[in-house]
Amino acid sequence: MQRFFQHITHDGYSAWLFILPALILISLFALPLLALSLRAINADFFDYAFSEQALNALRLSLITSSVTVGITVFFGTPLAYILARWKFPSKSYLELLVDLPIVLPPSVAGIALLIAFGRQGLFGPILNALGIHLPFTTPAVVMAQIFVAAPLYVRAARIGFAEIDIQLEESARVEGANQWQLFSEVMFPLAGRALVNGAILTWARALGEFGATILFAGNLEGVTQTMPMAIYLGFERSLGVAIVLSVVLIGISVVLLGVIRKLERQDH
Amino acid sequence: MKKIFCFAFLFAFLLTACSAAIPHAPTSVLETQSPVASSTAKPEPRILTVFAAASLTDAFEEIGRAFEASHPGVTATFNFAGSQALRTQIEQGALVDVFASANNKEMDALVTGGFVASDAPQIFLSNQLIVILPANNPAGLEKIQDLTTPGIKLVLAAEEVPVGKYTRQALEQMNSQFGSGFKDKVLANVVSNEDNVKQVVVKVQLGEADAGIVYTSDAAAAPDTKTIEIPAELNVIAKYPIAALTNAPLPGLASEFIASVLSPEGQAILQKWGFGPIQ
Repeated sequence: MQRFFQHITHDGYSAWLFILPALILISLFALPLLALSLRAINADFFDYAFSEQALNALRLSLITSSVTVGITVFFGTPLAYILARWKFPSKSYLELLVDLPIVLPPSVAGIALLIAFGRQGLFGPILNALGIHLPFTTPAVVMAQIFVAAPLYVRAARIGFAEIDIQLEESARVEGANQWQLFSEVMFPLAGRALVNGAILTWARALGEFGATILFAGNLEGVTQTMPMAIYLGFERSLGVAIVLSVVLIGISVVLLGVIRKLERQDH
Repeated sequence: MKKIFCFAFLFAFLLTACSAAIPHAPTSVLETQSPVASSTAKPEPRILTVFAAASLTDAFEEIGRAFEASHPGVTATFNFAGSQALRTQIEQGALVDVFASANNKEMDALVTGGFVASDAPQIFLSNQLIVILPANNPAGLEKIQDLTTPGIKLVLAAEEVPVGKYTRQALEQMNSQFGSGFKDKVLANVVSNEDNVKQVVVKVQLGEADAGIVYTSDAAAAPDTKTIEIPAELNVIAKYPIAALTNAPLPGLASEFIASVLSPEGQAILQKWGFGPIQ
């Protein structure tokens, strides 16, 4: 805090050139959350928060988003490494493809997943022959989350890998490291922070995913009804339920983000 | 620390003061414009704002085009969404001329809140439920009783939205004819409770669901589907109210629009899109 005031006393009026715009943006973030929290404080809070529907949705959200992060890290790390370090033709098109889901509206993602993997979709006949039915199942929730959230991890990890000094890599190669050793002993530890950041972003995005899920996975309590879905339907029923569930989701997000950030700081 | 808090508080206050001032601005603009409109011979461009339930989309757009044709200079703009969402937007200050709701609940709430005069709402159409199937009918369903076939994929509107509530009411009524466990057996086949009726239609159209229960008007707007009628004695009839808002920027035009919806031409358009007559 003292350091903060030093900026004002040292820089004089020019400090406000930074503080004012920053404060406007912070207000935009903070005021709606404040209003929501104030409205949520009432006697029914715990009735809503610990209702069976809310707990089911919470459990499903935590399970699916964790699975999403696990799968994303497993498949996304090699992809990010390839994109950061290897050179091959039409690589820029591949990068564009990986970044595309970040800017697509989730409803586009949902309809695309349905048309690709639905019963009457492009790959529907193959999946049917294998006895796999994806729409309206929990795996469909995870697929929708991966589609919209995994690109955030791949992007962060790619940038993390790309920032590592190329000379470190070369000296490791001179000492006879193969591709796997190079990756596991040099690149992975050095890009650790970027990977954790990417995983947090993916996890948070997966936890909040709504648009693609409702189209591809539908909405059934305990099977595909995640927290955002329960909140949206709570809005149809009464604003009070939606507000309380929103505050619960915000609280969980804050706590988990805090825990992960603390772990991250201890690493360094 | 204290200084920062003071500053943040002042800032928050300024922001709310600004936002509170905005809703008044358009009203005063419109008030100063109206005398001009009456004094000139050429039709002054006027924009009529209608908030209507999502199920009315196709029919109201057609009525709107007819209304624009008979009222030179008038543009009818529509905001189609769930009735509950529209009600919230109106309560939060949206300036609207006409509100058409899919149920009485949201209209009544606006009457209670003073946004609509108590004698203003008029029922302008009725709607009923129907079972909708994909064109190729993958589960081979032929009658309502087939909805209990174990393992079929049934998609309904969620209980929280009006059509979902009506659906469960209708299933309850079917218990008396098809046996007391009928409703529960049907609900056991539900794979998804959608947040609006159009989502149910899409899931059926794409063939992901074996059946869904929607309004007759939704089925009429989805020609590439099959339907199973629900007999009148087991059906639930939804009635839609329409009203001008008490603070409508263009009250005269609002009542003219409502009159055109209630006119034989307007009713014919509504029935073309699968809605039932005023009952």
